[in-house]
Amino acid sequence: MSTTTKGKRSGFHLTSAQNRRLWITIFLAPWFIGFIIFLAGPMLWSLWLSLTNYDPLVPNTAFVGLDNYREAVADPKVQTSLFNTVFFAVIYVPGTLLSGLGLAMLLQGVGERSGGFFRTVFYVPNVAPAVAVGALFLLLLNGRDGLVNRGLEFIGIQGPSWLNDSRWIKPGIIAMMMWSVGTTVIIFYASLQNVPKQLYEAAAIDGATGWQRFRNVTLPMISGSIFFVLVINSIASLQLFTEVYAMFFGQQPSGAGSEAALFYVIYLFQQAFEFFNMGYASALAWLLFGVIGVITFIQVKTSKRWVYYEGE
Amino acid sequence: MRNTWRMVSVGVAAAFVISACSSGSSSGGDDDNDVNSSASPTETTAATGATSATSATTGDATPGEAVPASGELFAFGFGYDTGDIIAQTRVDEFREANPDVDLTFSEGGFDSQGFLSALASDDPPDLVNVPRNELGTYVARGVLAPLDECIATHGVNMDDFYEGASSQVIVDGTVYALPEFYNSRIWIFNDAAFEEAGLDPETIDVSDWDALADASVALTRMEDGKVTRLGLDPKLPEFLPIWAHANGVDLISDDGLTAQLDDPAVAEALEYGNSLYEPAGGLTDFLDFRDTWDFFGPGNQYATDQLGGMPMEQWYLNVLAEASPDLEITVRALETRDGEPFTYADGNSWAVTTSAANPEAACAFAASMVSVDSWVAAAQARDDERAESGAPNTGVYTGNAVADEIIFNDIVDLSDQPVFEAAVEVVLDIQQYGFGTPPSPASAEFKAAWEEAANQVLNGEDAAQSLATAQAEAQDAIDSAER
Repeated sequence: MSTTTKGKRSGFHLTSAQNRRLWITIFLAPWFIGFIIFLAGPMLWSLWLSLTNYDPLVPNTAFVGLDNYREAVADPKVQTSLFNTVFFAVIYVPGTLLSGLGLAMLLQGVGERSGGFFRTVFYVPNVAPAVAVGALFLLLLNGRDGLVNRGLEFIGIQGPSWLNDSRWIKPGIIAMMMWSVGTTVIIFYASLQNVPKQLYEAAAIDGATGWQRFRNVTLPMISGSIFFVLVINSIASLQLFTEVYAMFFGQQPSGAGSEAALFYVIYLFQQAFEFFNMGYASALAWLLFGVIGVITFIQVKTSKRWVYYEGE
Repeated sequence: MRNTWRMVSVGVAAAFVISACSSGSSSGGDDDNDVNSSASPTETTAATGATSATSATTGDATPGEAVPASGELFAFGFGYDTGDIIAQTRVDEFREANPDVDLTFSEGGFDSQGFLSALASDDPPDLVNVPRNELGTYVARGVLAPLDECIATHGVNMDDFYEGASSQVIVDGTVYALPEFYNSRIWIFNDAAFEEAGLDPETIDVSDWDALADASVALTRMEDGKVTRLGLDPKLPEFLPIWAHANGVDLISDDGLTAQLDDPAVAEALEYGNSLYEPAGGLTDFLDFRDTWDFFGPGNQYATDQLGGMPMEQWYLNVLAEASPDLEITVRALETRDGEPFTYADGNSWAVTTSAANPEAACAFAASMVSVDSWVAAAQARDDERAESGAPNTGVYTGNAVADEIIFNDIVDLSDQPVFEAAVEVVLDIQQYGFGTPPSPASAEFKAAWEEAANQVLNGEDAAQSLATAQAEAQDAIDSAER
């Protein structure tokens, strides 16, 4: 005979839904804790520092309100570095999209065996250390004996001074960064592989030309990938630092590069770690965060007009 | 607690500010000096290498006065791991005399970012090998400790150091560091180019800027519209302090508190230096050609007749002696436009941090590293090393004049290298006329300001206007840092 009393169950009992939520929470906790400690916390702390005159070597830190932001807005070097950065992004991002897509389509056209070889070739530059890439391009872009200008000379073009002429420094940097278009190529290649073949077959039966198939089938079907690459590359281009710093601001600073290659994060780095104006540098970081946020917001908003998601 | 707060703040700001920006610059001048210096096998003082490092400091130190140090000691910014014998011998000297010290080093040379992080950590460095040109920044922020007591304890005689070096480590009458190397500048002329141009490198009047400009034109060689030999390389913007000094003004006041970039003599010097690029077709062509040089190899610009001459740090003689021992060059002292010899000097120094856990050992180490006996032992070790390999030796240029005297009188023997023997004599003669950039509370901002102005002028902007802007920026930074 059972002695259990109805309605009086001992111990802690969760409903099925509660149990599910608990496990979700447990699995999400590591990421969430990491987010708080390594991202949200530092960001908030940095926001506070941007309102102070914090110098890590000086014990007294004073609250200065929005002074750092006002100074940044009026700082001619901020304007110069922002112009350089935006100039780079405006050319680099469309450049990687077009070249990445073009190379991915070429890859799709070759056989699987040689395709694997070329995929590797395209991606190898991405695993090279950024500083090494910078040093390598100091040699390749040398105006006198560099491989790039020798190649141009071979086809009858007098190459410019990529490293010492302030008018050509940014194009030289863009050329260098285009070298590592491999990630974009791989993303587009994977996306192209997923475009259903029957769509092309149907378009062909309807008499669509190659351009029409590309315009009306390929592009819509890979628009999600294009949007992803657009956002990621835009953010990355606005944060360009390592390669350019190694080329123009390292052991042997370049004269012409001091202004033409002064990108926003390089100036931010100088303020933070060379001049120890950490409060001001934090304000610069937040301004960049704002710029990136606005650009990303616009990209997300406009994406609804041209990005096609199969599930929608 | 303060350290913890600093560490958190620095880490936080750094994490948010950038994600991949480790620069890792090191003190190139001293390293190069080290790497390329050597000594030939001659007799040396019997006491070398056997004297206690802590007692064997400079000048009139009394042996045995200082007690051997002990405990843990962490030194930042010293490239001990490079395998350079000048560094290792001096460290070994210290370790031998202070066996109870557990000595560790940071990786690589000095860089401000790494030093900042190290100071903010729970285990800040006890001492630092810091460029003298940057010392003022850290003194102004209270990072470095006064060394008056250290100097007294270890019998360091500051008069033993070249004035151009000691003036860089003294702020308001207080010594904050001990000078290590002494990188001075001299003219290095290419004899073959001068001969071809009908000039005599021994007698050309280096105080006469018109004569130098004419020489630069005569020395320049163009073929098919391309420069194949540069005349005289003014080495701007980095050598602007030299050109300004030659024109009668320094970029900053002796107390390091007043920028003097808007002095018309600075603009004149900058414009003159810029004009030396013209014979080669302008700055861009000049730099493009210069970038192709095998600067440290046997195909260097002197060996391949690609340069008429340039002002350069004296350690480069070591490079040339090793890479091109049969080279025909003439070394001349820099001169002001009034004909007074001078040199611009810099180098690293050893400083003890205010957060040092073991300041006594840090002081002992700093004193040992710049002591006469330590330098002589290192020079002798390098001499032995080079004798084995058969490479020539042009010496080690230290900030310690007493050590230099012993090294160059007793160890260095260049009698079978008359060209380099004469060159070294010029260097040694000029050392006493050295000047350095005075310690400034905003040394990095100050340097960035005048370098940027110089770059703007080199790229065609008006000198007076650019320097006026730089003056305002530099003075603002100095005033802010001083407050």
